[in-house]
Amino acid sequence: MTASAAAVHTGAVAVRGALRTTVHLVLVVVSLLWLTPTLGLFISSLRPAGLVTTTGWWRAFSTPFRFTLENYAHVLVQANMGRSFVNSLVVAIPATVMPILVAAFAAYAFAWMRFPGRNALFLVVVGLLVVPLQVTLIPVLRMFNAAHLTGTFAAVWIAHTAYGLPFAIYLLRSFIEGLPGEMMESASLDGASHAQIFFRLVLPTSVPAIASLAIFQFMWVWNDLLVALIYLGGTPRVAPMTVTISNLVNSYGGGWQYLTAAAFISMLLPLVVFFALQRYFVRGILTGSVKG
Amino acid sequence: MELATLLWGLVAVVGVPLLLCGYVAATEKLLGLAPARRRNALRPWLWLAPGFVPLAVFLIYPALHTLLLSFLNATSTRFVGVANYAYIFSTRSMLTVLRNNILWLVVFTGVTVVLGLIIAVLTDRVGYEWVVKATIFVPMAISFVAAGVIWKFMYQYQPAGTAQVGTVNAALSALSSSFKPQAWLFNKAENNWALIAVGVWMWTGFAMVILSAALKGIDESLFEAARIEGANEIQIFFRIILPLMKPTVIVVTTTLVISVLKIFDIVYVMTNGSLDTDVIANQMYKEMFNYQNFGRASAIATLLLLAIVPVMALNIKRFGRRGATP
Repeated sequence: MTASAAAVHTGAVAVRGALRTTVHLVLVVVSLLWLTPTLGLFISSLRPAGLVTTTGWWRAFSTPFRFTLENYAHVLVQANMGRSFVNSLVVAIPATVMPILVAAFAAYAFAWMRFPGRNALFLVVVGLLVVPLQVTLIPVLRMFNAAHLTGTFAAVWIAHTAYGLPFAIYLLRSFIEGLPGEMMESASLDGASHAQIFFRLVLPTSVPAIASLAIFQFMWVWNDLLVALIYLGGTPRVAPMTVTISNLVNSYGGGWQYLTAAAFISMLLPLVVFFALQRYFVRGILTGSVKG
Repeated sequence: MELATLLWGLVAVVGVPLLLCGYVAATEKLLGLAPARRRNALRPWLWLAPGFVPLAVFLIYPALHTLLLSFLNATSTRFVGVANYAYIFSTRSMLTVLRNNILWLVVFTGVTVVLGLIIAVLTDRVGYEWVVKATIFVPMAISFVAAGVIWKFMYQYQPAGTAQVGTVNAALSALSSSFKPQAWLFNKAENNWALIAVGVWMWTGFAMVILSAALKGIDESLFEAARIEGANEIQIFFRIILPLMKPTVIVVTTTLVISVLKIFDIVYVMTNGSLDTDVIANQMYKEMFNYQNFGRASAIATLLLLAIVPVMALNIKRFGRRGATP
């Protein structure tokens, strides 16, 4: 290697090195930016009232070093967050379970049965994926009023089931469609009925897709504000956490030690689900990136 | 917790699936009675029915009904023509709402896609990729309501000279001595941008995950070949990565567009639309609940649907072309 070529080479290495450093720097800064808001919330939720409003949360570890669980105790008991946590579970679990089998039936029919209008009907499902649910609120609320369901858990279960169906059918169809055809054919040659094929073959092999769907639907219902606000309302007896917190934001104003604790309680379960089942969650997002 | 509620919950969780299994068993029995020729023609419809009945009752019919209501008055008792739409396009507060939605649409979508793309490309080159990705993706798992609380706290404002408790004001004051603390959610010049930033914080992880998956699908040898040809990293990005990822960028963009048009929770929790921060979905909620004007609320909802129709058409076209038949 000649001297000048070596110089060019060292120069290129230096440039590349500088580039790499920049990449690391950018990523670290971005990560810190993304982490800080949640960290600030968590630390503040553990600080006593007097300190939260007078010093920044980043000073929590200097003087005076004081932490407390009182905020959590307060919101769980006095601010109805304990009850709301249970309400959120009561809303989200049935609303997650109910659409799965319904969607699996339709997905199986779309994937492995032949009938006129199959493609057109499936395009209706694709179209419904993005329909804003705002466009359904008034008529559905009137139906629920007429049936005396407004303000009951049954109303949100039904609403979330219907709203979740287009995505559920879409996601399960794309999975069930990909199952090997030979498997179905040999079962059918052995005299298995569609019901037997569905329950013995299709459903068990679709467990990964169903897991993705269940996590997705659960997170969506757990984090939903609008549907709960409209069909369930804000009465403490039924309000899920999202509704309760949005009420607290108005009533507590500057009570940040309580608001931060309440918000963190509502984030606990999604964070656990996210870190434990990230793989399924990400897969759901990848398949369903057309959902509105 | 009342026993009745728990009991109903149990009925829903256990009873509904059991009922559905029973339904399929019953339809198979019934089909057994039908002539063999009819059996295969009937079966698909019986399997589709449990899904399509709720779709028809709770999505398709209500959407059409809302369209009708948008031409009726506040109490849905009299036909008013296009008066509700005329109101939307002629009232100052409503025009502000439309302006805000366009601002959200352009800024939120643009920034989120670009940031997601940059982070996807950069994380691809480092060993601690999953740590960065998990950090950026976490906000996607929490509710808009919690994010609203988090950021309302971030944007806290105390008058200049006093200790700032809000992270944003404190950090900016520390970085620059000439910076004056701002009431981010109250100044009309900044409040919409402050809300949009919350949306970006929440959704960048979504864009990043999908774009990163597409990036990993690109053949590595293409990059190697380009590097041997003497292309630098910037050229590789614009000439190879970007063209190959275009379809994915479009998918991400349309998904973000749909979400942002319906944006509700962030605004509802953080400002409730005060000081010119209102958006379509929040305004629809107000017309519906606070003013009980079902005509106007329906017209706003219909506009929202109309705005989404192009995306819907795009999806249908894309799917139709891919061929829905296996």
